[in-house]
Amino acid sequence: MKITLRVWRQHDAADAGGFRRYELGDLSADTTLLEALDVLNEGLVERGEPPVAFDSDCREGICGACGVVVDGRPHGPMPGTTTCLLPLRAFRDGSTVTLEPFGTGVFPVVCDLVVDRSALDRVVQAGGYVSVRTGSAPDAGAVPVARQTAERALDAAVCIGCGACVAACPNGAASLFVGAKLAHLAELPQGQPERARRAQALVAAADREGFGACTLHGQCQAACPKHIDLGVIARLNREYLATSLARWWHRGG
Amino acid sequence: MILRDTAPTGPLATRWQRHRNDLALVGPTRRRRFEIVVVGAGLAGASAAATLGELGYRVRCLTFHDSPRRAHSVAAQGGINAARDAANDGDSIERLFHDTLEGGDFRARESNVYRLAELSARIIDQAVAQGVPFAREYGGQLATRSFGGALVSRTFYARGQTGQQLLLGAYQALAKEVAGGNVTVLARREMLDLVVVDGRARGVIARDLVSGALETHMADAVVLATGGYANAYFLSTNAKASNATAIWRAYRRGAALANPAFVQFHPTCLPAAGTQQAKLTLMSESLRNDARLWVPTRPGDGRRPEAIPAAERDYFLERRYPRYGNLVPRDLGSRAVKTVCDEGRGVGPGGRAVYLDLADAAARVGADVLRERYGNLFELYEHVTGDDPLQVPMRVAPAAHYTMGGLWVDYDLMTTIPGLFAIGEANFSDQGANRLGASALMQGLADGYFILPSTLAGYLAGASLASASEDGQEARAARADVRARIEVLLALSGRRTASDFHRALGRVLWDACGLERHHDGLAKAIAEIAALREAFWQDVTVPGGPGELNQELEHAGRVADFLELGELMCRDALARDESCGCHFRIEHQTPDGEAQRDDDAFAHVAVWTPGAPGRDPRRLVEPLAFAALPLQDRSYR
Repeated sequence: MKITLRVWRQHDAADAGGFRRYELGDLSADTTLLEALDVLNEGLVERGEPPVAFDSDCREGICGACGVVVDGRPHGPMPGTTTCLLPLRAFRDGSTVTLEPFGTGVFPVVCDLVVDRSALDRVVQAGGYVSVRTGSAPDAGAVPVARQTAERALDAAVCIGCGACVAACPNGAASLFVGAKLAHLAELPQGQPERARRAQALVAAADREGFGACTLHGQCQAACPKHIDLGVIARLNREYLATSLARWWHRGG
Repeated sequence: MILRDTAPTGPLATRWQRHRNDLALVGPTRRRRFEIVVVGAGLAGASAAATLGELGYRVRCLTFHDSPRRAHSVAAQGGINAARDAANDGDSIERLFHDTLEGGDFRARESNVYRLAELSARIIDQAVAQGVPFAREYGGQLATRSFGGALVSRTFYARGQTGQQLLLGAYQALAKEVAGGNVTVLARREMLDLVVVDGRARGVIARDLVSGALETHMADAVVLATGGYANAYFLSTNAKASNATAIWRAYRRGAALANPAFVQFHPTCLPAAGTQQAKLTLMSESLRNDARLWVPTRPGDGRRPEAIPAAERDYFLERRYPRYGNLVPRDLGSRAVKTVCDEGRGVGPGGRAVYLDLADAAARVGADVLRERYGNLFELYEHVTGDDPLQVPMRVAPAAHYTMGGLWVDYDLMTTIPGLFAIGEANFSDQGANRLGASALMQGLADGYFILPSTLAGYLAGASLASASEDGQEARAARADVRARIEVLLALSGRRTASDFHRALGRVLWDACGLERHHDGLAKAIAEIAALREAFWQDVTVPGGPGELNQELEHAGRVADFLELGELMCRDALARDESCGCHFRIEHQTPDGEAQRDDDAFAHVAVWTPGAPGRDPRRLVEPLAFAALPLQDRSYR
């Protein structure tokens, strides 16, 4: 296959950046887009030019490191697919493919296609966990968990933290990410004691980081490589509203 | 060099508790005076950093990823072993101990393996309490499945993404401690050297991968949780960035490395296709609960799999190993695959793969049940190959996957440098010459949650540590070494890329130090790798500068270390003139083609230290004693 990559190049955060075009030939349709970038980069290095910087690690869609906006869509045109698993057969032979970083105000560009997604870590640090000290856990068999409950929790817990939902959202909202974490832990008995505090803390942290408000465009769901759906945002709203009302009530209305 | 065995003697079942009782403690108010650097944030690193933070130590956790949630533990698929006898099929701590030691072909320490089995149940308690959504039975109890080398069902799982869920548990525990102020996570930092002061590990030199700045992180103890080195083979199931630099830099500063030749080849990975492929993808061993491996009985049979009738299929694992069938340990599985491919019966392009067939299971339990068990694996397979594995059998082949070798540690998980600890895959301690499936997650978390926090306190309580400063002579010298090396790499402007050298090294290692090894091949490989290393330091090219994000510079530094480690792997394989577990010297096999151990000469750990400048590395031995489980031939037939 032949393909032209139109790639965003930006030396560092301060650089204005711009697109550069690179033509690649002799590619197999089974080659992934990131392997095509590997081929491009090896050629650039041989010529003494700086290669295109991009994040990627596991190359099997689970670590969440990779993430490129491909022809305007985070992770590209195949549903349920991370950039690292996107094969070139998803594109027409001879076509031009545009690669841009996951740019939103909250994910500043570090270099070329690499962005800073540390805001997502800070949201989790605000309360996206169960406060259990090592060694203090009760017997794992003590509390039964219905099979479908565990499955529903896992459906939300599969989030890989890639940030595609934020990159896809016209508002730059992180509601799918936040909702997935809340849904995962609120579903399980172990998540109950901190449930109310968690909902309030994560929403507040997302606001603090500058993520936008959700207006249910649904672009996040379309971009999510792990099929996490808008149900988790409904869950987020329910968790947040219920705990807000309870707080209001306890304060005496 | 002294290889201290710090394990107590006496009854195996109470050794760990007796040792814990004897370890000195650090009081809660005194803990905050100690600074600990943990390098790596996978299962071992994150669980250790979080637990040390809970205890009140001041912890800095370095990761080269942009977030600790991305460590390669995330890619572990099938499950985690624990001796809970949940299936009422006769499991026990003793049984897990026995299986692990035998699975490792009697090349691990009894004390360590027993402790691992003993702690396994508590890991599940901890993970469930954190909200890890393990698979459940309809009655709400934890579900299990079977893995290779076991006749019981003791593997706990969350679909085919158990590693991800356990890592998120540890990552969230770490996030809790970051919020509490006891742990600082330093992301996008790569450790490039160890600072040793008065013979003790007192800090690391790290490069900020965004700014290129060299940082010195001084500490009272350093914990390496930096994973394995299977990427030395270039193509492996490891993530692209997984590397040996942290353990290799520690080795160069005097920490001994044990059994570097012990590398696990996983039998069921997606076969390599083409030259542009960046890495290999694993298909979980758990599939073999339901899948059957087969090849055509006739060499060169080019028919499509569905056109080959049952009578003309060779279910070679079931034939060779009737007791364990498709669930033999990985070393046996991989070699059996190689054997049938060498006979000309392999399938797929190049004939180096075998079928992994789910059709019988689909007919028995239905496709929906299989999707529930392995859904994300089927999806991954389809992404990579374009085939639905419930319609067409998977094609799988062995690939480098895990390294049982690693930094030598004592029972306290401390290396030969006092104050330097190694946990998880980075150490050598528990897996012997072959790791059983679903035991890596168990070991990483046992080390991080339970063992290290106790033994580290024992060290700190007893050590009188003088103050050490980043302006001290040792730290300055280490920084200068790192800076000089970076400058040399950038100044070479040769003609070949680091990837080109990495691929060349991978080919040498795969041929000489892969599934089969022999004397002449290894001797030749040692010379070839030395020549390759020399060529690297003359002809590699690394564009860009030191003070910026420079991923090519990162890779070149890692390849330079693989070029040294690769030679040591071959030296170790050459010196171990026997076969055991993964280490199959074709000179030493039984009449039916199994590994032939030589317990009189090699029932020991091979421990390597750098020789004097210009001299070969030195090989020491730590003898292994087997009392609870006497040495015997492995039998899976």
